[in-house]
Amino acid sequence: MSLSLSSSLSLPLPLPLSNQFTTTPSLAMKFLVKKARGARVGALEIIHGNNNNNNNNIININTPNLIISTCKGLPHFISPDLLSSIPSSILQVSPLHFTAEGVSTNTVSKLGGLHQMLGLNKYCIVAVPRDSVQCIPQFKGATKFGPSFDTPSGRLLVKPKDYVETISCMKPNIWSALADEVPAWVSNKRNKSSVDRTLKWLDECLALNPETGSIFGAIVGGSNLEERKRCTEEVAKRNVSGYWIGGFGLGESMDERPALLSAITDVLPDEKPRMICGLGLPEEILQGIAAGIDLFDSTYIYTLTLGGFALTFPLDKNGDQHNLQPSEIESDSTKINLRATAYRNDTSPILEDCSCYTCKNHTKAYINHLLNVHEMLAQILLEIHNTHHYLMFFEVIRDAIQDGRFEKFRQTFLESRRVPFQAISA
Amino acid sequence: MPVGTQGTIKGLTNSQLEDIGCQIILGNTYHLALRPTSELLAEAGGLHKFMNWRRAMLTDSGGFQMVSLLHLADITEKGVTFQSPVDGKPMLLTPEESIQIQNRIGADIIMALDDVVKTTITGPRIEEAMYRTLRWIDRCIEAHGRPHDQNLFGIVQGGLDPVLRDICIKGLVDRNLPGYAIGGLAGGEDKDSFWRVVAQCTGSLPEDKPRYVMGVGYPLDVVVCSALGADMYDCVYPTRTARFGTALVPEGVLKLKQRAMADDTRPIDPTCPCMVCKNYSRAYIHCLVTKDAMGSQLLSYHNLYYMMQLSRDLHSSIVEGRFPKFVCDFLSKMFPEGNVPEWVCNAMEVAGIDISSCCTFSERVCNAKVAGIDISSDCTLSSSCGEHDSDNVSDKYDELKLKLERLRNNEDALRR
Repeated sequence: MSLSLSSSLSLPLPLPLSNQFTTTPSLAMKFLVKKARGARVGALEIIHGNNNNNNNNIININTPNLIISTCKGLPHFISPDLLSSIPSSILQVSPLHFTAEGVSTNTVSKLGGLHQMLGLNKYCIVAVPRDSVQCIPQFKGATKFGPSFDTPSGRLLVKPKDYVETISCMKPNIWSALADEVPAWVSNKRNKSSVDRTLKWLDECLALNPETGSIFGAIVGGSNLEERKRCTEEVAKRNVSGYWIGGFGLGESMDERPALLSAITDVLPDEKPRMICGLGLPEEILQGIAAGIDLFDSTYIYTLTLGGFALTFPLDKNGDQHNLQPSEIESDSTKINLRATAYRNDTSPILEDCSCYTCKNHTKAYINHLLNVHEMLAQILLEIHNTHHYLMFFEVIRDAIQDGRFEKFRQTFLESRRVPFQAISA
Repeated sequence: MPVGTQGTIKGLTNSQLEDIGCQIILGNTYHLALRPTSELLAEAGGLHKFMNWRRAMLTDSGGFQMVSLLHLADITEKGVTFQSPVDGKPMLLTPEESIQIQNRIGADIIMALDDVVKTTITGPRIEEAMYRTLRWIDRCIEAHGRPHDQNLFGIVQGGLDPVLRDICIKGLVDRNLPGYAIGGLAGGEDKDSFWRVVAQCTGSLPEDKPRYVMGVGYPLDVVVCSALGADMYDCVYPTRTARFGTALVPEGVLKLKQRAMADDTRPIDPTCPCMVCKNYSRAYIHCLVTKDAMGSQLLSYHNLYYMMQLSRDLHSSIVEGRFPKFVCDFLSKMFPEGNVPEWVCNAMEVAGIDISSCCTFSERVCNAKVAGIDISSDCTLSSSCGEHDSDNVSDKYDELKLKLERLRNNEDALRR
């Protein structure tokens, strides 16, 4: 396997700052992480701007954190003026949304890239082809030329050359390489070929040497520990700024995940950020964080919002879930379904002590009414609350890691859940 | 007044409505009485509190929806009999009940139940409806339980007949109500009859009470009615048309679904200072509209901003004594060819506003004829694109561009 060297984004060898910290300096991105086995906190610094001149914006993101999933660059229901009330500055965009809609990359380029087009200059934009909502990886359609996705406008085959060209026009801060994601049940042979292809496409992307953003190498390998390890080792050899871990949430069981995740993070260098796609539930987030993952996608929030659900699990400092709101109608006590008639007369906010726009201004009864009459405002208010609540969950987790009590937090969280997760998934 | 049928303006939050300067919203009694029911709203402390709206609010009587939404509505002296959308049983809405429901919803302005008939209908039914509306207003006043918190507006009916309208106005003014609405319009009548009714009503309604033209909301209609002395309007048009991908601009409308928009990097309206125009290109909005919720949200925001800005401009230009100039500027943007519709010219003449400076239609046509080009078809193109499917539109757009270019060349040649 040849080692591709990219000059524009070449990363000097990691220089240890102290015994505790290492950094990954690059033109567009810095990552400072506390070295530790397992769960780790870090600070991602994105330098956003055209050149090294004074117009650069610095965007700071604490990790572990959630990347807000979007539809064509904006959260599904939160318009940009409302977005500013949400304490986040990192968004995930699928470049395929635009390809599928017939917006030419030329137009995006003419507008000055995604940041300009979306009016979001203070946000870090992460481009990932898979979004788990509209652009689903379709392993049967993938060929040696590129991965395939099911999109609203049909199946789309994405070749590295076209992808890199799109990325160059869109100018995201971070972008993942192409991945041949396969579900857990495919044969070893198919799994092996998915790793080979993913590595080949990464080399092709690197060889094209786009002068934009930071590339994250894609790691696949399905549910096969050996393949996961092989893929990770190979990607780690290449000149990338971070790692994007794919192939999760595609049929593997909760139980086999910790081993798979460890197989990956054990091999990866500490000083580069790791992003994952397909882990959503609070339990899954904790699994990922325990393995040392830094960034997560938020498709889960979208799914909840569409279903009329609001997150209500306690954000206790120690992870204690015993104070869950008493509820007889919910099967899962992390959330409530505001469609339920029980909330018809409920003039209290979703959570009394929540500081989000929705809880500060509206009652459960009002959202219940909005859901009943199919008004769009229901989804707007729910997406605001759910995103806010999940971001707060990450904040509580970061504090726990910082204080060295993450393992205890995780145990308490899992054990004190009224309905253990195993019972639901069973 | 933006219309928030079911206790929300579709796609916008209260904070956004406040940002764009919206001072009063409208709720539909019929919808609210069905869901979440007026009893629940009363329990929650009224609709203001239920939806946490701190500014003014108006509710209609519910009569119009019954007639427009339900085929089996039957109007008798007692009230409106309609088929319940819940279980299909016949139900009766009396003037008393409509007011009681509105008392429970608790809006600042409530509307009397009127006997609504289509303006296109003629004959004795119009007369009957007008007299019934007058009889019902007394029952409404009698039933009104919160006259000190809520302002009951009467509705002038009488179709397109000036004599009937006059009788209705006199009858309502005798009751000395807090405000008056001009009803039974915007239902398919021709524009010339429409403005004449508005002019007649505003001419004889008291100066010191607000006049509300119901169901009117096209920007041009709002400007004309304001010139005639009306004060308030409501229409679902700005938000509904937004959901179908149409933006309101000074030049008229912009269909963002058109293929030509896919590469247009300009904002919807380069002169508009709203959040959407400051941040987004037509190309981006093009890929959202009619597909994603965000398309409706952003376009509704822009369209309501446009209507609010128009209302503010009307208000300030009248206060500062430059209303005629404002009307001329407005018309010359919307009709750059000078082809202001005849009904607008007629209405402005009655309103005493000289718009001759922007009405140069006949002159332009002559010029165009000299240049050998028929511009009459082009003038209406921008407003008629919506009827074509998108493929045709892009063809038409190119064709129009070519034509315009030819026109310019010819003009240059003529000058030389």
